[in-house]
Amino acid sequence: MSYSTSRILLSSTRESQISRFRAWVLLVVPVFAIAFQIFVPRFFPLAQYLEMPLLVVVYFALMRRSQIQGLLIGATVGLAQDSLSQKIPLGMFGIVNTLVGYFAASIGLRLDVDHAFLRLVLCFFFYVFHEVMYWVMARALLGQMLTLELQRTLVQGLLNAVVGVSLFHFLDRLRESA
Amino acid sequence: METFLNRYRNITVLLLVIFAQLVLLAVQVKNDQDVRLIRVWAVSTVTPVARVLEGFREGGFGFVRNYILMHDASEENRRLRDEVGRLRLQVNYLQNELSTADRAKALQLFQAHTQSKMLAANVIGTAPGANSKVVYINRSSRDGVMRGMGVVTPDGIVGKVIAAYPTASEVMLITDPEFAAGVISQKSQVRGTLKGQGTPLCKVDYVPFDEKVEPGDWFYTSGDDRVFPRGFPAGVVKSVENNRSQAYKEILVEPSGLQHGLEDVLIILEAVHQPIPQAPPVNQPVYLAPAPPQTAPADVAADGSAPPAGQSTAPSGTAADKIRAIYQQVGEAQGHNYGSGPPGTKPPDFTKLPTAPGQQAPASAPAAAAAPGAGNGAAGQTGTGQTGGRAPAGAAPAGQMPSRMARQAGGAPGSESSAPAARTPAPVRPPAATDSRAPAGAAEAAPVRTPVVNTVPRSGVTATGAGQASGGAGSAAPAMRTPAARPPAATETRAPGGGVSPSGRSPAPPAPADGPAAPATRPPSGIRAPATDSGGPGRGAASAPARTAPINASPRPGQPSGPDGSSAPAARTPSTARPPAATESGPPSGGTTAAGRTPQANAPPRASAPKTRQPSPEDGSAGRSPSGNDAAAPAPSKNKPPAVPTKQ
Repeated sequence: MSYSTSRILLSSTRESQISRFRAWVLLVVPVFAIAFQIFVPRFFPLAQYLEMPLLVVVYFALMRRSQIQGLLIGATVGLAQDSLSQKIPLGMFGIVNTLVGYFAASIGLRLDVDHAFLRLVLCFFFYVFHEVMYWVMARALLGQMLTLELQRTLVQGLLNAVVGVSLFHFLDRLRESA
Repeated sequence: METFLNRYRNITVLLLVIFAQLVLLAVQVKNDQDVRLIRVWAVSTVTPVARVLEGFREGGFGFVRNYILMHDASEENRRLRDEVGRLRLQVNYLQNELSTADRAKALQLFQAHTQSKMLAANVIGTAPGANSKVVYINRSSRDGVMRGMGVVTPDGIVGKVIAAYPTASEVMLITDPEFAAGVISQKSQVRGTLKGQGTPLCKVDYVPFDEKVEPGDWFYTSGDDRVFPRGFPAGVVKSVENNRSQAYKEILVEPSGLQHGLEDVLIILEAVHQPIPQAPPVNQPVYLAPAPPQTAPADVAADGSAPPAGQSTAPSGTAADKIRAIYQQVGEAQGHNYGSGPPGTKPPDFTKLPTAPGQQAPASAPAAAAAPGAGNGAAGQTGTGQTGGRAPAGAAPAGQMPSRMARQAGGAPGSESSAPAARTPAPVRPPAATDSRAPAGAAEAAPVRTPVVNTVPRSGVTATGAGQASGGAGSAAPAMRTPAARPPAATETRAPGGGVSPSGRSPAPPAPADGPAAPATRPPSGIRAPATDSGGPGRGAASAPARTAPINASPRPGQPSGPDGSSAPAARTPSTARPPAATESGPPSGGTTAAGRTPQANAPPRASAPKTRQPSPEDGSAGRSPSGNDAAAPAPSKNKPPAVPTKQ
């Protein structure tokens, strides 16, 4: 972890290390994130502003440094998220999370995703990207005239970024050591 | 391909995953029209392609099809062009046929309301020559066409026949420089001679300066030329110039008969004078009802009652024919041969006129007694005593014969009394000298109202009359039948009414009372024989024609023509407006009453029209004196043109 604090960009692909996770981690963490997204807001309304599935997708995509794995994780989590929502057709969150996982994996190949600040920025960025993409798709595909409140989006992005950095720090403990 | 997938594997997987999710999304989502997006997307994806494919297919097939169609269109275009050309020719042909039918209808209409006998003809050619104004028509001598006959159209006169061949006839147009015709203006009754100039316009010559002729006035044929009967339009005045260096006005007239082309014409076989219309002719179709029975109007007018039933059937032929038939019967019944007896031969008794089929019995003496002339003693004198040896009958014949004549002529009303004539001021030619003896005066006056009296005698009649006139029986019959039986005065021989064409063919159209006489070359010599006859039997023969001339000729006001010498009611005739004729040299038939009122019995017709009559040096003005035997006409007419030079 020490090196990650010294620099952000990787000098070569050999410096990038693919984090490996146990299988149950790859299965339980997303399920836990989706369940949190569904269950917790019933008791803590402020929890609805957290996008835990998105943060989990970003994290695994960054850590796996594989675009295919990242988009698959994103598609899976997204479809699961859509499946649990009655009003949202299947594929809305799936497409958005697929793109997020793809781009997150792509960025993970170039950046040192163990850097805390970078994680903060990436979480903020991908949250905003997630919101914008959803808004666009909702308007384009569903014809829903949703309003995009940029200020609230930024605040929520910042909140999720902070939560994401903490979450990432917790998930780093679940990856296998090299 | 494998390399491509390996190289772009990530992005390919991304696209596939996204595409799969989009499909999944489209399957679920429905649009606002309750159509799933997958269907919308599928249709939206496929239909543009189908449209493009259809466009290519249509363009390809269309090009081929259009090419083939254009090939067919070219053939069809050529075929349609041929058809259009053929149809155009057909349309032109039909239009020509229609035009011909219209012209034929116009000619038929014109013939129907014109009393002259006419023969329709077509112009088949023009004579060669740059300035030729001669055309050929398809009527020939076999059709009865003779040299000198007039040729007209409904619009006006066209020319006259100058040669009749067995297969065609030659017509000199009105514009030929050698053409001339007597004309009279409609407004001021100015007489002149219409001459061609070789140009589209003709000129009217021999119109004095003091006459009033203005552009726009119409000229009608005057009948003086014995080619065209009176009353046919000749043309309209285009310009009038008073050139003091010349003796007459220079009047240019646009011929009306040639305005609408010259294809169908009418040849005047038998001319009947007609009055000059009050208004200029209009080229407008006019409906003409069937003609009424000929005798009915005359009888009604004369008798004031409806005609007898049997009279409705008038004998066929012209008025002259009818009168001729009547008097021939009288002569035959009494064994009288007209024209054979010496002067002083007793004429037939015309009081015993037979009742011809369709003829009413001759009026009796009371009718004559009732004549207005009785008011001034004319009737009484004339009827009883003054008929003398010349008039076989008294007032009764005087009343009867003119009456008959008037009736026969088709409209002379009340000739017995001449009252109608007297009551009816003749607008054109009022009776002049108060010829108390002349029932014919009544008969003359009648034509003013009924122009039918202006019947031109046929040639046969003319010939007979000429012979009879020489007999000088003093009977009115020969005179009536014979225009040649002119007033004895030499000056009267050329009176239009009594003139006989040399050929005997041309009926002597009665010159109007105020009109110029026929050409000087025309009068038959036989008529001049009894010249200076101012009374007596011989004169009676001459005077008789004068009295009866109106039957055969145009009515002349004041013309003494009563065979019986019964005096016309001179006092009541409008002739009083005119100066009386010159001193009467003697009562020719004893019909003269008051000299002042009845100037002369034998006075030629035109003598009674001093206002309009003018002695002409060309035709022997003396002969045209108002009174046949009066050398000096008291009132020389002011518009007597020179003799019309006719080319015959």
